[in-house]
Amino acid sequence: MVDHFHSKHSLVACHECDELQRLPAERERGRVRCLRCGCVLHHAGRDAIAAPLALGLAALVLFVLSNAFPLLDFGLHGRHDSTYLLAGIRELFNQDMPLLASVVLFTTIIAPLLHISLLIYLYLPLALGRRPPAFAKALRLVQTILPWSMLEIFLLGVLVAGVKLAEQATIVAGPAAWSLGLLVFVLSAAATQVHPQRLWERVA
Amino acid sequence: MSAASHSLAGNHLACHTCGLVSRHPEVLTARLSCPRCGVELHHRIPRSVSRSWAFLVAAMMLYIPANLLPIMHVTSLGKTRSDTILSGAEYLLVHGMWPLALIVFVASVLVPVVKILILAYLLISVQRRSPGRAMERLRLYRFTEFVGRWSMVDVFVVTVLVALVHLGNVAEIEAGLGAVFFAGVVVLTMFAAQTFDPRLIWDNVRAHAARHTTE
Repeated sequence: MVDHFHSKHSLVACHECDELQRLPAERERGRVRCLRCGCVLHHAGRDAIAAPLALGLAALVLFVLSNAFPLLDFGLHGRHDSTYLLAGIRELFNQDMPLLASVVLFTTIIAPLLHISLLIYLYLPLALGRRPPAFAKALRLVQTILPWSMLEIFLLGVLVAGVKLAEQATIVAGPAAWSLGLLVFVLSAAATQVHPQRLWERVA
Repeated sequence: MSAASHSLAGNHLACHTCGLVSRHPEVLTARLSCPRCGVELHHRIPRSVSRSWAFLVAAMMLYIPANLLPIMHVTSLGKTRSDTILSGAEYLLVHGMWPLALIVFVASVLVPVVKILILAYLLISVQRRSPGRAMERLRLYRFTEFVGRWSMVDVFVVTVLVALVHLGNVAEIEAGLGAVFFAGVVVLTMFAAQTFDPRLIWDNVRAHAARHTTE
């Protein structure tokens, strides 16, 4: 068996340099940084549950909008056509590029959707005062999936592609481009709101 | 202020997932698991250096076809032009879109090379048990972790172009094999950065300090 310290001791090991240290008792405000390397050890936000839940629900709505509406409108010689987020992935599959299509599918659809669903899965029961089933697994999955959700980079890709074509054709940003822009902000805010250590202190 | 108690570090383990600090048991068992969340506990990421090298060497090898092979083929009015990553950036520059050319060049050419070089330097310095400039090395590590994902931008540009221009019916854009290799480089360098354990940098600093106090 492993012997462990009770959370009131607040002993933490920095995850970047492994320096063992105690959190100060008055840690209600601001953030606490590692004494050795300056890495953030502890955040004190306003509300650890309501804010991430609200952001998760907002992200879900924006994600649906981003996929349901056209991303860019392409106009040339009086003809118009528009494209959706998923159209590029489908086209890559059609062009016999299953590997490339899968990477794009994973980073722009699966990973962000998993991130959003897990936020709601974790925080909705917590907001109702219950501990969600498989809490540890879900929390670990959020941490693993986070770097693979690349919507902000995809948005930059949309911008570059749009400007590239703007010389020959008329390119207009569709509703999905705007909701995608908002979604990027909401998701990065949500990412800074999840503090596994504080959540564990709460449910343990 | 909090008190650092780094003399304890040798017989304590922190959980990667929930951060709980546990004391090492007297008798070592084959598998330790966190008493709070149940995940397996490791002092350091297992075989961090060799696994990180494996991903990095694979990324270096893919980097060559990623730059030599075309990332897309553009067919318009019966003529086909193939673009590599570099010629794509050059096209933007020639057409007066230098801010975009700069974005594409930095994200697709500079960032992957810099990332591969930094990770190789970190791995070599850890293997040589170098105690010097730990803070700078940690900053380099944080930098590579932060910028690595942005190289994916060119892959997304190809995805959007492939969908849009196909719909226009005047030209046809097809993804090239270079894009597949390029996505591979980004994914592999991300894996390499994730398996590298930054705490190894500080282990050498501690070992060095301990040697000097006992001498």
